[in-house]
Amino acid sequence: MVHFSPEEKAAVTSLWGKVNVEEAGGEALGRLLVVYPWTQRFFDNFGNLSSASAIMGNPKVKAHGKKVLTSFGEAIKNMDNLKGTFAKLSELHCDKLHVDPENFRLLGNVLVIILASHFGKEFTPDVQAAWQKLVAGVATALAHKYH
Amino acid sequence: MAARLWRGEDPTFPCRGQGSATPPALVLHRPPNPGSPTPSSRRTFASFPTTKTYFPHFDLSPGSAQVKAHGKKVADALTTAAGHLDDLPGALSALSDLHAHKLRVDPVNFKFLSHCLLVTLASHHPAEFTPAVHASLDKFFSAVSTVLTSKYR
Repeated sequence: MVHFSPEEKAAVTSLWGKVNVEEAGGEALGRLLVVYPWTQRFFDNFGNLSSASAIMGNPKVKAHGKKVLTSFGEAIKNMDNLKGTFAKLSELHCDKLHVDPENFRLLGNVLVIILASHFGKEFTPDVQAAWQKLVAGVATALAHKYH
Repeated sequence: MAARLWRGEDPTFPCRGQGSATPPALVLHRPPNPGSPTPSSRRTFASFPTTKTYFPHFDLSPGSAQVKAHGKKVADALTTAAGHLDDLPGALSALSDLHAHKLRVDPVNFKFLSHCLLVTLASHHPAEFTPAVHASLDKFFSAVSTVLTSKYR
């Protein structure tokens, strides 16, 4: 069970309050598909993914990114019970979506990089460390029900 | 192709033609602002504490001169590598031997450092850190890591 100190929780929630979930979600998913093109395997029906600009401007990518990041917001409200929060989604990703959990780690790290580019100096090493712990916890929780 | 990519000249790669897209090499070569000197090393030690096990002989407290000096060594090696994209194994041969026979850093740690290098670059140069540049840099760090662990067994 991942335990977050009060400082770690504060580092996460204070930054999250300033994040535009819709924009950041689209950017995170878009960058995942650009930087790690093999992740496009899950999105055959998304239309034009032929270049970085096509991917970043693709409306389905933006919509799905927003959905994913909104769900991430739930994690932040339940940092003491990530496994419980993501139990159903974990089953879904295993049984229906067949997503290798390595992809959760990749997306989590892309999200951290986006936060760094948005927040610059404010994204200190200690703030980053709290977020790394969170994205690792989310990735583990989403993989927990795999069989 | 990798070298052309690095210099922003590849016609098939998205970053060309995007106006002020900065070739990845320039992003790496530009020194960080004096006001925000947080090195990737500090981020790596903070986010991935297991990486500290390779430096029992170092003072790892913030501002450590040893960490700064070592970080510069790593950055200089990356700059050298960036100038030899078409022959990374050749350019990094000595470092590859060193990591295989003396340092023996577990391969997972190259991913941790690469990630923190990307975080540092993104936080210092947000406007230039486009998706295409991000992709090139990730690919570059991955290629360097592969070469440095290539003689492990």
